[in-house]
Amino acid sequence: MTQAVEAVSAVRVVLPGPLRQLARVTGELVVDAAPGEGGRITQRTLLDAVEARYPMLRGTMRDQDTKKRRAYVRFYACQEDLSMQGPDTPVPNEVADGREPFLVVGALAGG
Amino acid sequence: MTPSVRVLVGTRKGAFILTSDAARKSWDVAGPHFSGWELYHVKGSPVDPDRLYASQSNSWFGQLLQRSDDGGKTWNPVGNKFTYDGMPGTHQWYDGTPHPWEFKRVWHLEPSLSDADTVYAGVEDAALFRSTDGGQNWQELSGLRNHTTGSTWAPGAGGMCLHTILIDPTNHERIYVAISAAGAFRTDDGGATWKPINHGLRSQHIPNPEAEVGHCVHRIAQHKAKPNTLFMQKHWDVLRTDDAGDNWHEVSGDLPTDFGFVIDVHAHEPETVYVVPIKSDSEHFVHDGKLRVFRSRTGGNEWEPLGNGLPQKDCYVNVLRDAMAIDSLDECGVYFGTTGGQVYVSPDGGDHWQAIVHDLPAVLSVEVQTLA
Repeated sequence: MTQAVEAVSAVRVVLPGPLRQLARVTGELVVDAAPGEGGRITQRTLLDAVEARYPMLRGTMRDQDTKKRRAYVRFYACQEDLSMQGPDTPVPNEVADGREPFLVVGALAGG
Repeated sequence: MTPSVRVLVGTRKGAFILTSDAARKSWDVAGPHFSGWELYHVKGSPVDPDRLYASQSNSWFGQLLQRSDDGGKTWNPVGNKFTYDGMPGTHQWYDGTPHPWEFKRVWHLEPSLSDADTVYAGVEDAALFRSTDGGQNWQELSGLRNHTTGSTWAPGAGGMCLHTILIDPTNHERIYVAISAAGAFRTDDGGATWKPINHGLRSQHIPNPEAEVGHCVHRIAQHKAKPNTLFMQKHWDVLRTDDAGDNWHEVSGDLPTDFGFVIDVHAHEPETVYVVPIKSDSEHFVHDGKLRVFRSRTGGNEWEPLGNGLPQKDCYVNVLRDAMAIDSLDECGVYFGTTGGQVYVSPDGGDHWQAIVHDLPAVLSVEVQTLA
């Protein structure tokens, strides 16, 4: 059972190499994500927080207007593929409370 | 300050900056910048040569634009939001069905001739964008895409890309663009309205070979002293116009094949033109296994092969449309890059060639800055 997260929370995010290069970071990011309309941190609010802290990442993970996930980008956490969940789906509690990172992954393509 | 040159190379896996003094014999190679990313184009401002713009992209993470204000030593991302003006509508897909206009990438960046903060971007799906704040924000010049023929444009094999932007050096309101596979277009009012300029082109791959649009133009080149004369490498055929594109005629002459991608004009001789013939549209490599630039000193029709210093056997590389450049030193230098990762220079207008680098990733674009 999931729990409501009502406050801004420090979440951990792991970017793929090309985006770490672009954002000029090494290792995990920690960003303060705000809860969405349902009072929970969602993919949308988590990525909003990432893009607010690292504006050079806008457009690289999702469309800047529609916020639709780019086709070759996947989102994983807690050994689950969250890519097909809607952007307003709450992230797992373990991500929301910082125990587990949210993984942004470049899909395996190209042989 | 001693004259020097700076060559900006975009490749499939990063950008490289090659520098030399005016002798162009000994080179420093810097890079890769943006390692692992496709760099479709890197170009410097003629107003401020240390202002460079770079188009960085890949299939996973999309399009980025980078700007350098120190000649490529450091870079910073600028705006990468390219939104078509209004309802984008549709163009033709390969099978002739309507297909929504979708932004994919920036093929070509053309800095303004008068303002370092103004730069044009030619994109896929074909459209022209302009930034007037150093690349932070981009607005479409939608009069081009909204031309009455726009819904009939169709992609070439490489996608429906706007790949060539030429600003008339004597009249900055006059701009030429070329689109694969729609053709060439001209504006005389700074981009508000456009007209197709394809009269004289013949293309067998379209139902009406002499149609107003639908031609796969690969590249257009211009000499600043004769701005109404343009040279074109079309899918097949090399052509010229002497009336700013209103009428074209073929000047392929005695070329071994008139398929190719690049074309450029000597810096000081408006009738000296360079092409690299490619065997055919299904065999994207040079003719006869020999890497040869062909030069015409007569504005076309009569061409001479230039291969001194270039591989003359077992060579099967291509030279892509943005991968040739000309410097403006007194003895004009000619540069080109290959899909095999070589960048060549001729410091004497094409008579002798040497490789600057042999083993870069496949070269997508080559530009050169002549630094005073």
